[in-house]
Amino acid sequence: MTDQQQADLRHDEVAAGTTTGLASPSVDATDDRQNSLWSDAWGSLRRNALFWVGAVLTVLLIAMALFPGVFARGVDPRACDLANSKARPSADHWFGYDVQGCDYLSNVVYGARNSLIIGVFAVAVVLVLGVVVGALAGYFGGFTDGILSRIADIFYALPLILGALVLLRVGPSTDLPIISDRGPGAVALALALFGWMTAMRLVRSQVIAVKSSDYVAAARAMGASNSRILLRHILPNAVAPVLVYTTITIGVLIAAEATLTYLGVGLQRPAISWGLQIAAGQDSIRSAPHLVLFPSIVLTLTVMAFIMMGDALRDALDPRQRA
Amino acid sequence: MTLSDIDSTGAAPAVPGASLLEVDDLHVEFRQRSGVVNAVNGVTYTLAEGQTLAILGESGSGKSVSAQAIMGILDTPPAVVRGAIRFQGRDMLTMSAEEQRKIRGPGISMIFQDALSSLNPVYSVGWQIGEMFRVHQGASRKEAKQRAIELMDRVRIPAAAKRVNDYPHQFSGGMRQRVMIAMAIALDPRILIADEPTTALDVTVQAQVMDLLKDLQQETGMGLILITHDLGVVNEVADDVAVMYAGRIVERGTVDDVFTDAAHPYTEGLMKSVPQVEAKGGRLQPIVGQPPNLAAIPSGCPFHPRCAHRRLGAAAAPGRECATDVPPLRLVTTGREAACHYSEEVLGA
Amino acid sequence: MGRYVARRLLLTIPVLIGASFLIFTMVYALPGDPIRALAGDRPVSPAVVAVLRERFHLDDPLPVQYWEYLKNLLSGDLGTDFRGRPVLDTIERTLPVTIKLTLVAVLFEAVIGLVAGVLAGIRRNGFFDNLVLVSTTVIVSIPILVLAFVAQLLFGLKLGWFPIAGTREGWFSYVLPGLVLASGSLAYVARLTRTSIAENMRADYVRTAKAKGLPPSRVIVRHTLRNSLIPVVTFIGADIGTLLGGAIVTETVFNLPGIGREVFDSVRAQEGAVVVGIVTLMVFFFIFFNLVVDVLYAVLDPRIRYD
Repeated sequence: MTDQQQADLRHDEVAAGTTTGLASPSVDATDDRQNSLWSDAWGSLRRNALFWVGAVLTVLLIAMALFPGVFARGVDPRACDLANSKARPSADHWFGYDVQGCDYLSNVVYGARNSLIIGVFAVAVVLVLGVVVGALAGYFGGFTDGILSRIADIFYALPLILGALVLLRVGPSTDLPIISDRGPGAVALALALFGWMTAMRLVRSQVIAVKSSDYVAAARAMGASNSRILLRHILPNAVAPVLVYTTITIGVLIAAEATLTYLGVGLQRPAISWGLQIAAGQDSIRSAPHLVLFPSIVLTLTVMAFIMMGDALRDALDPRQRA
Repeated sequence: MTLSDIDSTGAAPAVPGASLLEVDDLHVEFRQRSGVVNAVNGVTYTLAEGQTLAILGESGSGKSVSAQAIMGILDTPPAVVRGAIRFQGRDMLTMSAEEQRKIRGPGISMIFQDALSSLNPVYSVGWQIGEMFRVHQGASRKEAKQRAIELMDRVRIPAAAKRVNDYPHQFSGGMRQRVMIAMAIALDPRILIADEPTTALDVTVQAQVMDLLKDLQQETGMGLILITHDLGVVNEVADDVAVMYAGRIVERGTVDDVFTDAAHPYTEGLMKSVPQVEAKGGRLQPIVGQPPNLAAIPSGCPFHPRCAHRRLGAAAAPGRECATDVPPLRLVTTGREAACHYSEEVLGA
Repeated sequence: MGRYVARRLLLTIPVLIGASFLIFTMVYALPGDPIRALAGDRPVSPAVVAVLRERFHLDDPLPVQYWEYLKNLLSGDLGTDFRGRPVLDTIERTLPVTIKLTLVAVLFEAVIGLVAGVLAGIRRNGFFDNLVLVSTTVIVSIPILVLAFVAQLLFGLKLGWFPIAGTREGWFSYVLPGLVLASGSLAYVARLTRTSIAENMRADYVRTAKAKGLPPSRVIVRHTLRNSLIPVVTFIGADIGTLLGGAIVTETVFNLPGIGREVFDSVRAQEGAVVVGIVTLMVFFFIFFNLVVDVLYAVLDPRIRYD
């Protein structure tokens, strides 16, 4: 890829609002140099403190989602005693009690599972939509690209929270599967439906850049089919930027889930969720600020874990940005 | 232009009787996390009014870095500059940054290889040329623009008055380099350093730009340092040539002498590796081996791993072992210096 | 340039129509009972149902329904809510609040983001640079929801510096919500500025500027900053459009009666006409400011020509 193409691509990226700064697919994934990109990246990751902070937090979070009982010190989040309502944190109950008198540490710990499930599921749908639509648009260009890109523009013009808010509000009165059941699946789908466009633009710009490269021309000259070129030569090049984007987006979507739940259209009681805890705590923000504080802190750490890892990955995978 | 004109721009007065430029044992190293890169390792030369000195060498030989050190535009750190650079007798390295800055422009000026990236894309060429007058002489916007047009005329840019408001990307490569030249000669500098001024240009345009530089030098009597790896350009334009290798000058003399009979094996290799019109039909001989890694320059003579004349161990004369003894730059014949233990054998070979 | 703008304007029409159609479809036409969706949990009399069916042409196919809505929209009629108030009046009442909030937020974003980014970019890898890197990572990681509560707790309740709800204290009421709304963009502006400056400091034309004997301040301001700010200014421009449509959480938490809170209340109350009207307006802002930015880009960078 020439410098000019690279510059064009970066302008495209700015225009497209993608902020990954990763429009630099310079080498074929089948090339040795691609392998050295990954080993260089690992070398740089290993020395990045932010990456390790993010990774440790993520592992903790996953462990919390898998074995909440261990982290909750064996306390049942639903074993409540109104006598303890809004009790402040103590040596035995680190996070205190909520309004119903339930152990708050246990509730916050049990909230991890839903957040993580929704974040991962939503990002998976985003990836499928983004990669398929982006690859089709970028590879076939012309009319196909025009239509698909306009559709992405339309979705892009709607704020994520707003689109998901409307869909989730009307969801229960529709007959749509998943969407109508108010569960984690509905929240994840709604987020993915209004959040796939950046992934699509990323993949599309990568595909366009790689498509015009010499080694793809060579593959085509040797009679490789469209699908083979797309799967074997073009998509592997998009892996690095998509990986960075995915990591960061999990964090963003977990925050969005908490927001939707807080706004009353996401998860519903009796589900255990940080968004619900923040919403409930809001009413007693003066008398018991810890009820807002603790789920907020854990939510923030979760989002931060993914964003830190994504940032570190980007620095590692994009040699241009290295100091 | 007289020396008193330089005084009026705020630069310090010249020391009477001093040469225009004396570079004395110049060292430049870059301190990086991975180690120290020794880009320039003891370069010494002088430049007189009206003289054209070509500095010849491959990329990584330290020719550009030494020029940027003279301009004082290396970032320190990571660069560390030692030695002395005396402009009209006064050492620029011991001056304040502000004094040094005032020499850039009216005293010494520089043009670069890639005029497209070296000109600021968001300002018109007239603005960029005129900036010299506005900053150094406090000229008004209008006056600066008028003088920019005159300069563009002087470097033979057609329809200068019409093109003064155009942006760099709207010019052809040759015209852009003329804009760079106009900017560099705006304040009648005593020295112009041209760093590969024609490398990025078409051959026909190269000749025009070199002609322009020569004409300008004859008009103004400035000293010209021409940095290049192009032997043809050196042959046409320069009076003297200094050949650089691994941050050192390995041979110095008049262009005619050096080109007729090299005294250093590296120079000899360079001559044989380019096609020459006179010697049609002869085979080209590339210099074997890789250019030196500046973070780990070979011991002794830095060229010895690639040298056809080297003498190692017992074959060498005492104190002249190529892999251990660094050859000093010494007078080998009249007006000719070379840094080789066995120049006498290379000469005439 | 004129032709480019005209062409871009034409291209925005399908996006604008597409986005409002998307919202329209979600509000009125998802499979299920639209009247049930419209009325939500309220009991609705058969007379009202009849009026609604008539008003929104619910017995017609969806494209016809939307076409009727679009015709009214073009004649300036955005419809009325359940209580018969024109949607246009609601927008006129709430939009000024959102515009003020956006102005305050953009001010914070530009001033704080730029200053932090410039200082970090000029001395890369220095103490301040690392401080900016770490603090921007933290800031972008804090969900706006959390940031809003922390700001309310700390600056409102604990320190008592700023009002935490409503608009009673004029512009002063907008300081805290403005800062919260701006936080993410502010961090991004700081990083973008930093990267852009650090990249430009290595540019050949900056070397030329030094070789011209320009004073260091001029090298930085006229030859480094001027070029570095092109992407930053265009980002801030586009962000105005995003902020105008993205203040739902901030306006709700800080109880500011702007279009963000209005659209949230209307979604909850299933006031379809208000939702479609306001969302269409938000999409318009978004597209409009993106167009402005494209034009701005060409003004700031002479290399870009759209003709």
